[in-house]
Formats: sequence, structure tokens, C-alpha cells
Amino acid sequence: MPIEVNGKTLETDEEGYLSNLTEWEPAVAGIMAKLDNCELTDSHWEVINFLREYYEEYQIAPAVRVLTKAIGKKLGPDKGNSKYLYELFPYGPGKQACKYAGLPKPTGCV
Amino acid sequence: MSTLHTVNKSPFEKNSLETCVRLASKGNAVLMYEDGVYGALKNTAVANLVKGAMSNLQFYVLGPDLKARGLDAAKVLDGIKVVNYNDFVKLSVENDKVQAWL
Amino acid sequence: MSDIKKFMYVNRRAPYGTVYAWESLEVVLIGAAFDQQVSLAFLDDGVYQITKGQDTTQLGIKNFSPTFSALGDYGITNIFVEKESLEKRGLTVADLIPLKYEDENDNYAEKDSIKLVSASDLVKVLEEQDVLLNF
Repeated sequence: MPIEVNGKTLETDEEGYLSNLTEWEPAVAGIMAKLDNCELTDSHWEVINFLREYYEEYQIAPAVRVLTKAIGKKLGPDKGNSKYLYELFPYGPGKQACKYAGLPKPTGCV
Repeated sequence: MSTLHTVNKSPFEKNSLETCVRLASKGNAVLMYEDGVYGALKNTAVANLVKGAMSNLQFYVLGPDLKARGLDAAKVLDGIKVVNYNDFVKLSVENDKVQAWL
Repeated sequence: MSDIKKFMYVNRRAPYGTVYAWESLEVVLIGAAFDQQVSLAFLDDGVYQITKGQDTTQLGIKNFSPTFSALGDYGITNIFVEKESLEKRGLTVADLIPLKYEDENDNYAEKDSIKLVSASDLVKVLEEQDVLLNF
């Protein structure tokens, strides 16, 4: 199911992840969120941007456990816990946030 | 902890046998099967490597894989035991773990 | 629960000619979700997986060497490299990606994950493992 972003048609896989990671732009996150009836706030963007930086450095989407710990280190313990992250991304911070960030599904995520 | 090492690649194509011999502990078992059986033969370039390791390691070779390749016990280095599939299973169970050198 | 076992992934293949190296890394990352004590060993051509300066852009395939630097976050802090395999290939530790981890029990001090071991020391490390996975 392709999505329309700024006049371009971007391919996604059956779960909604971008097929070509290099096609990502910030508008992609907003459009994917809208499909999930979710409104992106600065707090969402903190996580999305974090994930993109993580992927840029390590070439993988981190496991939720690793993400939680790393967010805590970077943004503080009030954000580095699963309660906070699941409130932002109720479908799972790994799956949902990675999708909006244009990353593949985290390795090992089912 | 006892370890069964398995080698299923020809020693003339891959260094699995060489690395196995280098890194197996004293008292360990080494089973050669599939193309690994070529490492068990007399008069090859690796025969000395295997003979030199026999004081530390017990070598086994899988009979059905020898037979399939037109080989038999007479061509196998003295000190190497020719075993069947049941023995293979027994060796796997008797040892604490298996190190399958690819 | 004393179900924690020592798992070691033994890597003996160079990175891009076959799929072994990437498959191994994927299994390591998936396996890290289970609470086991995981370590990695690089020997024979496996040492080429963690050399510096890899760039696959002209191959059009993923350069996964940066991913090894994330292993510390996954709780993998022991990466054994066989000295003889490096020497045989004209390499030293300086040619390898400096893999680190943060020690939670030591005020998050950054420490080296790579342990250079001789074949005779590696024999002992292999002997201590409960499960050996070869790639």
C-alpha cells in the first residue's frame, strides 16, 4: 500500500514500512501517523529523530530494550522508560516509531 | 566439559579441520563426515596434521560417507575410528556440546 | 533462575563474499532479546568482518560493520579475536574497529570489548561455553 507524500508515491511493505529507506522525509512521519489516527508532537519527534540518528550511526533499528535505555541516557530517566514510550507510541515504540522514522522493523521484532 | 567437534568440509577446500585441530581441547572428540572424510585418509597433505593431533584428540570418521566416496577403512589413518550413524548420535549425546566447524 | 547459559558465536568468514557474516550478526541481535550470556569470537577470515574503513557504497549492499559498535548496548561486552588469525593476515588490533561498551557497574566507564587472545587462550574460552554457534 503506497503512500502519497508531497506529490510523490512511496512504496511500503505489507506492514507499512518504507520499502526504500532513502525516500524518507519528515512529511512521511506525519502522513503515516495520520493513517494511525495519531498526531505527532515534539515528544514524538524527539524519539523519531533519535531513531534516525541511531540508524545513521549503527545501521540498525535498536531493540526496544536498547532504545529505552539509550533514550534515558540522552533525554533523561523520565523519558527512558517503557510507560512513557508506549504512551507516545501505543503500537509499540519499536514498531511504530521506527516506521514513522523510515527505518526497517527492529531486528527480532515480530 | 567435553566437546564433540564435527568437520564436514574437505581440508583441501576449507581450513575447518586445521582450525578445529588448533582450537580443540585435550581429550575432545573430532568426527569427520561428508566431505570432511577426506581429512581422515592416509598419504594426504593433512595426514601429518591429523597424526600430530592424535595424542590429544580422538578422531572418528563416518563410514557411510567414506563408502559413498568409494573409500573404506583400509584407506583411513591408523588411530581413527570408523563409525556409523548410531555412533554419531551417541557421540553427540555423550558430549556436553558440539562444535560444528563449518 | 539459573537458566543463563553461555552462548558463543564463532565467526570464521569474511563479510561480503557470503551471507554468513550478516546472518550471524542478525542472529546475535535477535538472540540478545533472551537473557543469556553472549560472546563473540572472530577467527580465520572472520577477523575481516571487524576491520576499519569498510565502504560498500559501490556494491549497493549494506555495510554492516558499524552495527558491531552497537553490540555494547545489547549487553555483549566480550568480543574475542584470535591473535594468530590477525597475524596470518598481516593485521593488528589497530586495524580493527575499536568496539567499546559502557560498564554499568563502573559509573558507565567506556571499556574495550575486544579481547585479543592467543589460540591457546581461545581453547580455554571455547571450553567454558555451553553452546557454540558457528558462522
